[in-house]
Amino acid sequence: MFTVRIQAQDFDAAAEAAALARGRTDIGAVVTFAGLCRAQDAPGGAPLIALTLEHYPGMAEEEIGRLMEQARARWPLVGATVIHRYGRMVPGDNIVLVVTASAHRAAAFEAAEFLMDWLKTRAPFWKMEERDDGKGWVAAKDEDDAAAERWA
Amino acid sequence: MKVLYFAWVRERIGLEAEEIDLPQGVATVAELAAFLGARGEGYARAFENPRIVRAALDRRHAKPDTPLGAAREIAFFPPMTGG
Repeated sequence: MFTVRIQAQDFDAAAEAAALARGRTDIGAVVTFAGLCRAQDAPGGAPLIALTLEHYPGMAEEEIGRLMEQARARWPLVGATVIHRYGRMVPGDNIVLVVTASAHRAAAFEAAEFLMDWLKTRAPFWKMEERDDGKGWVAAKDEDDAAAERWA
Repeated sequence: MKVLYFAWVRERIGLEAEEIDLPQGVATVAELAAFLGARGEGYARAFENPRIVRAALDRRHAKPDTPLGAAREIAFFPPMTGG
C-alpha cells in the first residue's frame, strides 16, 4: 500500500511501520525514518522554542505522491507511507515520517533516502522558527539541494 | 486567475490569496511575477529577488518561462524548507 498523509496531529512511527507489513509475507525489509524538531542547530546558538510549519494544502499531498511514484518506478517497493505534519511543534516532536517496504533492504534504504531528499526541496512546506530573540523563516539549505541532485 | 502566496511572500504582500485579471502581455510565470512586483511596496519586497521566489501552476512546480496557459491557480513562495 502507498499512502501520503498531511496532518496536524502526531503519528506513531512503529505503528505505521507495522501497518505496512501486516498480513504480508513478501516483505523482507522495512525502513522507517522519522524527522524530529531539534532544539539546537549549532553549539552556542539560541535554542529553538518552537517551529511552525506552513504548507500548501492539496499540492503538498500531490507533490509527495509524485515523488512516491518516482520512487516506485526506480525501486521494487511493495509499500510506502509518508506522513508530514503542519502547525506548531516544539523540540522533541515528530515532523515527518517515511516508511518504505521491499523484499530486500537496499531498495528500502535507498527509496527512503530518495523520498526524504526530494521531499525537503520539493514538498511545499515552510518552517518558521521561534527563539528567545524572535521569529524568522528558515532559509533553504544548499546542502539539501545537493542531496536531492545526487539522485538525478 | 487565483493567486496564492505562502510564507514570507504572503507576509510581505499581506494576503493569502487574490483573484487577478491577467493583463495583455502577461503570458508566463516570470511575466506575472514582474507584473505583481510592480503593484505596490509589499509586492515589490516579495518579488525583490525574482530568482528566489518559486512558483507552482495548478499545484505543480513551474519554471519562470512556463506559459500560464489555461491554468486556474498559481502560487508564489520561497524555496521550501520542509522535512
